[in-house]
Amino acid sequence: MEEILAVEHLSKSFTIHNLGKQIEVLRDINIAVKEGEFIGITGKSGSGKSTVLKCVYRTYAPQEGGIWYNSKEFGLINLMKASDRQVIYLRKHEIGYVSQFLNVMPRTTAWGLIKQAVLEMGHEENYAKREAEKMLKHFELDSGLWDSYPVTFSGGEKLRLNIAMAMVKHPRLLLLDEPTASLDFASKLKVKELIEQLIKEGTTMMGIFHDLEFMANLCNRRYEMSDGKLVYIIPKNLQ
Amino acid sequence: MSDFEQPVLSVSLLNKQYGNGCASCRSSRRDRLIKNYCPVCGTVYACRDITFEVHAGEILGVVGESGSGKSTLMQCLYFDQDVSGGGAYISAYKNGQANIFAESSQQKRYIRNHIMGKVYQNPVMGLKMDFTAIGNIAEKLIAAGNRNVGRMEARGMGLLEHVNIPVYRAKEVPKNFSGGMRQRVQIAKALSNNPPLLLLDEVTTGLDLPVQASVLDLIKKIQRERDISVVVVSHDLGVIRMLADRTVVMLDGRIIEQGLTDQILEDPQHNYTQHLVQALLG
Ligand SMILES: Nc1ncnc2c1ncn2[C@@H]1O[C@H](COP(=O)(O)OP(=O)(O)OP(=O)(O)O)[C@@H](O)[C@H]1O
Ligand SMILES: Nc1ncnc2c1ncn2[C@@H]1O[C@H](COP(=O)(O)OP(=O)(O)O)[C@@H](O)[C@H]1O
Ligand SMILES: [Mg+2]
Ligand SMILES: [Mg+2]
Ligand SMILES: [Zn+2]
Repeated sequence: MEEILAVEHLSKSFTIHNLGKQIEVLRDINIAVKEGEFIGITGKSGSGKSTVLKCVYRTYAPQEGGIWYNSKEFGLINLMKASDRQVIYLRKHEIGYVSQFLNVMPRTTAWGLIKQAVLEMGHEENYAKREAEKMLKHFELDSGLWDSYPVTFSGGEKLRLNIAMAMVKHPRLLLLDEPTASLDFASKLKVKELIEQLIKEGTTMMGIFHDLEFMANLCNRRYEMSDGKLVYIIPKNLQ
Repeated sequence: MSDFEQPVLSVSLLNKQYGNGCASCRSSRRDRLIKNYCPVCGTVYACRDITFEVHAGEILGVVGESGSGKSTLMQCLYFDQDVSGGGAYISAYKNGQANIFAESSQQKRYIRNHIMGKVYQNPVMGLKMDFTAIGNIAEKLIAAGNRNVGRMEARGMGLLEHVNIPVYRAKEVPKNFSGGMRQRVQIAKALSNNPPLLLLDEVTTGLDLPVQASVLDLIKKIQRERDISVVVVSHDLGVIRMLADRTVVMLDGRIIEQGLTDQILEDPQHNYTQHLVQALLG
């Protein structure tokens, strides 16, 4: 299997000017991910898990290191140095990000949002409509909700919509930031099924989960964030 | 992909000053100015070395406090003001090879009428308040060389419908319209010649929240359906967050930071941008 992502010597700190403060969060992060792998990340709250994913997605600007991504469109590219245009392209076509929060245009329906995600990739209207419908069915979102605004959705429904919007694009690399936080057991199982399906489709994923058990059977490798570093956790049966 | 394609608009070292400057501010502007203002001669340096690009199908946000130079920038791009220096290049005009500021006034008129549409912060600047709504649109169509009254009326009606102005109000004057309706008429007018580039200066400022939301929806819809490039100016980071793919932050006439909108919001680098974000997120 080919490497799809290699994070090398990544460090990230935040400077808060009005407090005259510098927060060092990541120190020398290194991780290589092969195509089709599922990497699990655990760690204490505030340890920097989200920061790693946000650096890869380029929501955060790291200070040092390299984030090498093997893109279909651009070949090997350092996401830290890629142009905004390239990052926008990759977000539309190759890299997805799902968190527990849904941040979308307020007055667009669930159906409209998923359709838009497909249109963004350059597909035509009818195809987008069909794909969106497939997704809504697949995610078992109540058909009464298809034409409603997501602000009125429950946490679980929002999350399923969130994942649907990412998944309908069939991203090559999907970043999951505690997508199951604050969900009830049944909803968690739904998410798990979806992740399993994504694994079958060959999607490469990096996921942050609180629930070790949840993650255990899914991930190929697990890392623990500690003291600004990612530490490989040797599986129980090999210890 | 489109990354190496030509930008729709490329602005390079645009400068605009109000006043001639004096020995004091010309020699060492930086430490003698109060924000963008020379206390000795009263010259305002409203735009300083503004450089950015807008790409196809992109919404670019321009955010900054009152007086930071946002409207001046839009006015310069639309030829409402003469620049003091610098250039702007538009791919739809002479293939992006000509500095539009250096063109003849006839050419500038052509660019205004065919290549750009603008919505003004103040609707009085963008609309004739005692012309009918449809008349305002016809005015722009005529300026672009249209003559056929029937066709212009049909086009105008279509546009007004598109921005949710009911057809039965098309013959009323904008003087009688609400703030939100005036902005909608301005948008319809700006779109009338299918420009590849739309400049929006504080389109939602002063409107009630629900009206704001509907205007934002409209802009998003237009951008999606027409795949045009839009520059959205606002002092409200909330508006920028809803609309813009990339954002430029202005302070005292300069661009102090630019980047992906989510990066500007979540990992702002400059002290001033951090203030802005904090004010937005509370
Ligand atoms: N015609 C003019 N003559 C002289 N000074 C001007 C003129 N127009 C603008 N200025 C000055 O240029 C600076 C920038 O003004 P501008 O209208 O571009 O600000 P803005 O960023 O749009 O602010 P706002 O958010 O209040 O609309 C201000 O200091 C203003 O006083
Ligand atoms: N945008 C930000 N600005 C400033 N500090 C941040 C930002 N994001 C995260 N941090 C800080 O970085 C540290 C790690 O945060 P985060 O990556 O969210 O942790 P985790 O996801 O592991 O709970 C925390 O101290 C947090 O306060
Ligand atoms: Mg987190
Ligand atoms: Mg203004
Ligand atoms: Zn002076």
